[in-house]
Amino acid sequence: MHGRPRKPTKPEDAAASAAKAQKLRALQNQFIHNHQNKIYTEEAVELSAKLLGINPESYTAWNYRKLAVEQKLSQSESDPDSLKSIFDEELRVVESALRQNFKSYGAWHHRKWVLSKGHSSIDHELRLLDKLQKADSRNFHAWNYRRFVATLMNRSEEDELKYTEDMICNNFSNYSAWHNRSVLLSNLLKRKVEGFLSKEKVLPDEYEFVHQAVFTDPDDQSGWFYHLWLLDQTVKLDSPQLVSSWPLPGSDLTLLGNRCLDGSASPFTRFYSDSGTFPLILYFNQAVEGVNLSTITVDSEVTSNKALVWKPLSTVNSQASQVWATQLNFSNVKTDSSKAYPVEVSLGHSQGIISSNGFRYGKPSRFTFRVCAQHVETKPAEELDRERILWRDEDFHLYDTHSQESSPIVLLDQLSINNDHESTDSEWRAAVIAKEIDHFRELLSLINCKIGKLTLARLLMAHDAMMWPSANKFSHSEVLELYNDLMKLDPTHVQYYKDHHSLVLLQQVTSSWKSLLGHCFYYRDLTSSLTGNPICLRLNNLSLSQVGSFDKLLWVQMLDLSHNELRSIEGLEALQLLSVLNLSNNKIGNFTALEPLKQLKSLKVLNISYNEIGAHSIDTTRYLCSSPLSHSIGSEWYLDKIVADDDVKSYWEAYFILKGLNLTQLDIVGNAIADEKFKLFLIKVIPVLKWLDGEQLH
Amino acid sequence: MMGELAVDKHVKYIISVEKKKDSFESVVMEHLRMNGAYWGLTTLDLLGKLDAVDNGEIISWVMKCQDDSGGFAGNIGHDPHILYTLSAVQVLALFDKLDILDIDKVSNYIAGLQNEDGSFSGDMWGEVDTRFSYIAICCLSILKQLDKINVDKAVNYIVRCKNLDGGFGCTPGGESHAGQIFCCVGALAITGALHHVDKDLLGWWLCERQVKSGGLNGRPEKLPDVCYSWWVLSSLIMIDRVHWINKDKLVKFILDCQDMENGGISDRPDDAVDVFHTYFGVAGLSLLEYPGVKAIDPAYALPVDVVNKIIFGK
Repeated sequence: MHGRPRKPTKPEDAAASAAKAQKLRALQNQFIHNHQNKIYTEEAVELSAKLLGINPESYTAWNYRKLAVEQKLSQSESDPDSLKSIFDEELRVVESALRQNFKSYGAWHHRKWVLSKGHSSIDHELRLLDKLQKADSRNFHAWNYRRFVATLMNRSEEDELKYTEDMICNNFSNYSAWHNRSVLLSNLLKRKVEGFLSKEKVLPDEYEFVHQAVFTDPDDQSGWFYHLWLLDQTVKLDSPQLVSSWPLPGSDLTLLGNRCLDGSASPFTRFYSDSGTFPLILYFNQAVEGVNLSTITVDSEVTSNKALVWKPLSTVNSQASQVWATQLNFSNVKTDSSKAYPVEVSLGHSQGIISSNGFRYGKPSRFTFRVCAQHVETKPAEELDRERILWRDEDFHLYDTHSQESSPIVLLDQLSINNDHESTDSEWRAAVIAKEIDHFRELLSLINCKIGKLTLARLLMAHDAMMWPSANKFSHSEVLELYNDLMKLDPTHVQYYKDHHSLVLLQQVTSSWKSLLGHCFYYRDLTSSLTGNPICLRLNNLSLSQVGSFDKLLWVQMLDLSHNELRSIEGLEALQLLSVLNLSNNKIGNFTALEPLKQLKSLKVLNISYNEIGAHSIDTTRYLCSSPLSHSIGSEWYLDKIVADDDVKSYWEAYFILKGLNLTQLDIVGNAIADEKFKLFLIKVIPVLKWLDGEQLH
Repeated sequence: MMGELAVDKHVKYIISVEKKKDSFESVVMEHLRMNGAYWGLTTLDLLGKLDAVDNGEIISWVMKCQDDSGGFAGNIGHDPHILYTLSAVQVLALFDKLDILDIDKVSNYIAGLQNEDGSFSGDMWGEVDTRFSYIAICCLSILKQLDKINVDKAVNYIVRCKNLDGGFGCTPGGESHAGQIFCCVGALAITGALHHVDKDLLGWWLCERQVKSGGLNGRPEKLPDVCYSWWVLSSLIMIDRVHWINKDKLVKFILDCQDMENGGISDRPDDAVDVFHTYFGVAGLSLLEYPGVKAIDPAYALPVDVVNKIIFGK
C-alpha cells in the first residue's frame, strides 16, 4: 500500500470493500477454473481481461492470455489482418491495465511479448510512450520499454540522445533522462560515432548542459551524478599505468641476512629476510589482470625470472587487482660483499596486462633497482620472540635525518613513478578541470551549498592528481577545510565527509618527504634485535576513519594506526613488508574487517586491542571477506580438522583471518569477543604465538 | 521523544492479516500470498515470535503451491514463478524444513530459467530482470546447488547492468533503483564477486537516499518509504558503507511509521499499514541493531542464525 492514508474504516466503507472483494473473488475463481481447464472461449478470454482491468498484477492471467493467443494463432488464418487484430486486442488490454497501474511488471512484459511477435505498429508505441512519459517522466518501466522499442525499430542513439535533451530542457529535474543520456553518450563515445570522436570536443558541452541543472537548484540531485560521471570521464586515463613499486625505481636495496647490526644502510631501504627473498610489488592506477611471466620480465644475474609467481593482492577471489606481488629469491647471493646487483623490471612488452574495462597497458616500460646483501650476526630466533613490542610513547623517537646519509631523502622524494602522460592529451583535461574549478568557486560565492563544496573538493583533488608530482603547491589544506565545512553543513552524512577528510589528510602527509618525516620514528628499545630495526610510521591519533595512499607507503614495515576511528583497513594488503601493526583503539567491528591481513605474510606482531570486535550483531564486512558465505572458500572448510569443529563454527570469522598468519605477538584485550574461551581458541589456531595480551605463552 | 517498537502489536497485526481474507486489499494480493507468508513469518522470527503460528499448516499449504515443474506459485491455482519459488524456499528455511523438498526438482526448475547470456527469466514466458538473477542465485545457494548454473555468466550479466552512477538496473541500460541494487549487490555478495562494485561511488549514491526526515528514498528526488530501509540499508551493509547514513534518524523514521493502535508499519507516517512494509520496517531495524530484534543477513534476507545454520551446519 503506497501513499494510502491510514484511517479507521467506516462501516459503510467496509461494506463497500467487502462487496468489491466478493466480486473480484468470483472473477478470480472463475478465471482459475478456466485456466486450469484450458478454456479459451471468447467469453473466458474476455473474463481474464476484466480481471486484469481490476488487478493488473494478477500474473497468471497474463500467462493465460498468452496461451489463449497461441491457441488462436494455431486455429486462425495466417493473413496479416487477422494476426494484427489478435495482437491489437492484447495491446488494448495492456493499455487499459496500465491506466489502472502504470507500474505493473506483468502488463509491460505482455506488451513486449506482443511487440516481439512482429505484427504490430512500432510507430504507435513511440507515440504512446511520448504520452505516457509526459504524464510520468520518471517511470522506469516506461524508460525500459522505450529502450526496447528504440532497439526494435533501430532508432539511432543520436535521436534518443536528442530526446533526453528535450526531456531535460522541459524539466531538468529528471534523473531518469540524465541517466539515459549517460548510457547513450558513453555508447556513442565508445563506438566513436561521427560527432563523438573525441571526449575533448564532447565533454565541454556536456558540462555546460549539466551546469544549468546544478546551478539552477543546487539541492536537486538530478544533475549531481551526471556531473561526477563527466569528471570521471575527464580525469580517468583509459589504459592502466604503473604508479608505484617496491623496491622503487633507482633505489639501492640492502637485504639483510639474519639480524642487522649495521647502521650504515638507510632504514628506508633495508629489509630483513631470513629466507633471502623479498617481495617485488607493482602498484597500478586501476585493477588489472594478466600480470604474469609473459607480461613482466625480471632480469638479474642472480635471480631467475622463470620461477616467479605473480599474485594479485585482492581480498576477494578476483583475478584482477590494483596491486601485484611476487617474491624474488636472492638466497644464493654472496653476503658481505659490497657488490650491488642490478635488477631490471620490464612491463608491457607483450599485451597481456589489461584493465577491467578491456584497456591494455600502454607503452612498454622498464625500471631498475639494485640489491646488495649483507650477512650479520645471528641471534637465535627463540630469543627474539621473547622480546615484546610495547607501544609506549617514550619508546619512540623521531627519526633524525641529520644523522643519516642523504640518499634516502632524494629517493623518497619520488615515492611515485612519474608517468609522462601524452602532454597534448592531458592539457585539455587540465584546462577543463581548471574551468570547472572557476565555475564552482563562482557558484559558492553566490550560494553556500553542499554539492558546490563537495564538487569543488573533488575537482581540486583531481587537479592535484593531474599535476602530481610536478606541482609546487597542492590544495590539501583547502580541501580539508571544505570537508570540515561539509560536516557542519550536512551532518546526516558527516561520516562520508570524515572518511574523505581522512584520505585527503593522508595524501597531505605522504605528499612530501618533509611532511612524511614528521611521522617517522625509531623504536629504540629493540635497536639491537628487532628485525632490521625498521622505521615505524606513526599515523596514530589523527582521527582517521579510513586509510589510503598505500601507493606511497609500500616501504612501511612497522605501522602505528592506533587511536583513530578506523572501521576497516581496506587496501592495507598492499603493504607487503609489514611485520608490526598497531590497530588498537579503533572501531574495528569484526574479524572479517581484517581480511587484508591474510595477504600480509610477514606480519608477526598485531595489536587489535580496544576495538569493537564482537560488539555488533550486524557484520558489515561479512560479504567482503572470503568465506563459505560468499562461495569464495571451497570445500576445504569441511575437511579442516585442525581445530575442534564447534569452536571453529562459533569463531569462523577469527579462524579464517588468523589461521594462516604467523603471529608471535597478539593483543586483543578490550574487545567484546575476547573472553578466556576465545583466547584458548586463539592459542590453538596460532601455534607460533608467543605473547597474548602481554602474557608470555609456554 | 522517540517511540518504541510495538512488538506485540505487530505480532498481533501479522497474525490477524492472515484471517482477514474478505477485504478487497487481501483479495487483490491473493496471487502473491507466498511472498506475504515470507514477509510475515520472517518478521515474526525477527521478533522472536515464530512459534505464534502453526507451522504444520503453513508448510502443507506451501507444498500445495508447488507445480510439477518444480517451481512454486504465489498461491494455489496460480502459475509457478521464480519470485514465489524463493519465498517458498525461504519459508521452509525459517522452519528448518528444507529436507522435505525435492532439492533436484526445485533447483532444476531454477537452473532451467538461465538464458544464454547468463540472465534469468522469471518463468517460461521469458521476462528478464536482475531481480530474477538474485532470486536464482540466492535460492540455489540455500539449496547448495549453485553448480547447476553458469555462475560466471550470471555474474557477467549483472555487471552489464551496472550504471555510471555505480548502481544497477533491471536490464542493461536500465536506471539504478535501490531495490534493483539490492538484488544485484546481493547476488554478487553470494557469489563472492563484490569486487565488481565501485563501493565508494555506489555508497555515495545510496547514502544520498537519506532525506531530511531521516527516511530513505529509492531513487533521486523521490519520496522516502520504509521499504527502502531494507533495500538501501542492506546494500550499504554489504559494501561496508552503512556508516555514511545517520542511523538514529532512520530508526526514528521507521518507528514513526508504526500504527501504534492496531500494529503494522506503513510506507510513510500516517499511511495505511501492510505486511510488506511491516517486514521491511522490522528488517530495517534489525540491520540498524535495534535492541530486541534478531539480526538479519543482508544478502539472504533471512535471520543470521538461519543462514549460518544452512552454510556452516549446526
